[in-house]
Amino acid sequence: MRRGLGLLAVACATLGAALSHAGVTQAPAVNDAVILEEGFARALSEYGFFANGAQQLPGAGVTPYALNTPLWSDGAEKLRFIYLPQGTQLVADADGLLQFPVGAAIIKTFAFGEGKARRLIETRLLLHRKDGWTALPYRWNAEQTEATLALAGGRIDLTTPAGEAISYAIPNKNQCKACHSKDGVVIPIGPKARNLSAEWLGQMAKRGVLDTVPAGADSLPDWRNHATGPAAPLARAYLDVNCAHCHQPGGGASNSGLDLRWEQDDPHAIGIMKRPVAAGRGAGGHEFSILPGAPDQSILLYRMDSAEPGIAMPEIGKSSVDREGGAVVRRWILEMQQ
Amino acid sequence: MKRLIMAAALLASAAPLAAEIHTIAPGEGSAERLQEALILAAPGDEVVLEAGRFVLTDGLSLDVEGVTVRGAGPALSILDFTAQAGAGEGLLVTSDNVTLRDFAVENPKGDGIKSKGADNIVYHRIRVTWTGGPKAENGAYGIYPVESTGVLVSHSEVSGASDAGIYVGQSSKITVRNSIATDNVAGIEIENSRDAIVTQNYVTRNTGGILVFDLPGLPVMGGGNVLITNNLVAGNNTPNFAPPGNIVAGVPRGTGIMVMANEQVWIEDNVVQDNPTAPFMVVAYTQQFDDARYNPFAREVVIADNVVDAGATDPDLPGGAMLLAAFGGTLPPIMWDGLQQDADTPALLTIPGNPGWSLNLSRQGQSLAEAQPGPLDVPAYGQPWMMDGIGAPAELEARLK
Repeated sequence: MRRGLGLLAVACATLGAALSHAGVTQAPAVNDAVILEEGFARALSEYGFFANGAQQLPGAGVTPYALNTPLWSDGAEKLRFIYLPQGTQLVADADGLLQFPVGAAIIKTFAFGEGKARRLIETRLLLHRKDGWTALPYRWNAEQTEATLALAGGRIDLTTPAGEAISYAIPNKNQCKACHSKDGVVIPIGPKARNLSAEWLGQMAKRGVLDTVPAGADSLPDWRNHATGPAAPLARAYLDVNCAHCHQPGGGASNSGLDLRWEQDDPHAIGIMKRPVAAGRGAGGHEFSILPGAPDQSILLYRMDSAEPGIAMPEIGKSSVDREGGAVVRRWILEMQQ
Repeated sequence: MKRLIMAAALLASAAPLAAEIHTIAPGEGSAERLQEALILAAPGDEVVLEAGRFVLTDGLSLDVEGVTVRGAGPALSILDFTAQAGAGEGLLVTSDNVTLRDFAVENPKGDGIKSKGADNIVYHRIRVTWTGGPKAENGAYGIYPVESTGVLVSHSEVSGASDAGIYVGQSSKITVRNSIATDNVAGIEIENSRDAIVTQNYVTRNTGGILVFDLPGLPVMGGGNVLITNNLVAGNNTPNFAPPGNIVAGVPRGTGIMVMANEQVWIEDNVVQDNPTAPFMVVAYTQQFDDARYNPFAREVVIADNVVDAGATDPDLPGGAMLLAAFGGTLPPIMWDGLQQDADTPALLTIPGNPGWSLNLSRQGQSLAEAQPGPLDVPAYGQPWMMDGIGAPAELEARLK
């Protein structure tokens, strides 16, 4: 029998081990073998990324980070960390991308609710193994003592910070790859030098866990200024972070011809006067992705402002509409010369 | 430490072992069991859908090479997406050498089955149905392979798509055969693709039957080498229900076989009946574009011998009634816009005695209002060009044996 172990059987067997991790407060060492070995750990605690999982206190070698402009996920609070094995460092390449050593991990926990009411929903991992990156979703239990592997994803009813009751979708393993993929290979998409603060990068370099702060670092605008900052850079940063992982050559939506990367400067490629290809009813009766000066006749904003499957963009990772993101993109399109 | 061992890794060193079969029954938890099987399957494995209705609220996806997903039959194993709450399609395939067969997808919110960058894919006895009939709220494409080399669609059936039922885009080495497309805006569409055979299909009650298009501004352009033979293209007269803005929203109700841009399309031995705007339509790309790589003209489209009725009796064209009066009550079967790249590159060739008419437009993108309709005057074709090596690779056909 080639694959005798069912997931359920493994789940039962690991339950005891998993529970024994709960409540550990002393910073444990991260278990490098679990990151590197074939297979998928059933419980998040097996990796040892957290000194305290429920409180999201990082363990040794695990560093929190934040992004200038973050990906929006139904308004979830995100707790981001990277883990670097002892004696390794990040290397900034010529394009300003951070190259992670084998054995590194990127950890992102999604939470809803403030203060004591905060609930951890899921933690997504990107593990850098010898044969490349592996993406895995873990779902937190109701007791907040452990997160278990959710290969097939799942749904959970919750209320967003905007007060909307939604069915929140935890992505399945393939959907992780749907975003974290270029030319069919899994890659990290968040921690690019241009979307990290100079301060954080400087600290990392000072600690010797980053070789150098690359040119172009910290160039994306700080999204906290979204309401008042200049619209164009904010909108382009938002589209880069929220859309360009699919909408770029080699990405999941390459066939659309729409390329929303920050560095793309061809107006047609970013959607200006670009006709739809396979938008279907997602076009909403509009003729162009972006019609300058006319946000209400622009397919791009129409799809951002929808939560209905078949119309909504992004296709996965959202069950509600990002009003703040939409407002910035609206402002940007409105400013364009007709 | 208990670990879940990834099967694929074991397989790598034990390749001769027989492929494993993962059987999924409908009912409680079937969505999760099915998606888990699609993730954990190893190359060569088969995921079997037992007969019954699988109720799904999220899109499914497959990213493992060489997997077969097999149901009990397109009437028996049904993936029901009526309550779908997420994802852009019912099933997404992103790996090569996949075979999908003997199951149905109903009422997906977006596309039915999309395979992207998935080379050598087979769709066999697949049914995609929007059960409420033609509606603008239906998803765009039923069967939707894109950016792939090697595509075989056979014995499949799509109805209700608000764009194209069977749509192959930005691909090459394609065969669509023995399939049924009804009640879609476009029955079968081959777009920005090369080396395609469309044969022995039944295409009816769509707005337009079979479309061969090439569009600007896309990563893959330059469609051509398409053979359309032995299809029954009849009674395509459904009012266009595509959401405005989409290219097919411009297809007139009552179009049989339509070619827009493209080079070398051979149309022969089809039965083309009761398509009251145009049994055959050959045109240049109709809109403005800004793409130096793109050729908007039809080049060497051959309409050879087909079984066709007298022509169009109820054209969905501006000034249709006047046109009918001018042509004595029936527009002859071939409609051409009159545009071609240059005198040495004819847009359209046909056999002597194949009647048609031309809009006699003089420049690409010109309004139909400026047409000066007149009789068709195009060259006769010579010998058929070499079409060897087009269509799906033999290996895909062999999988069905």
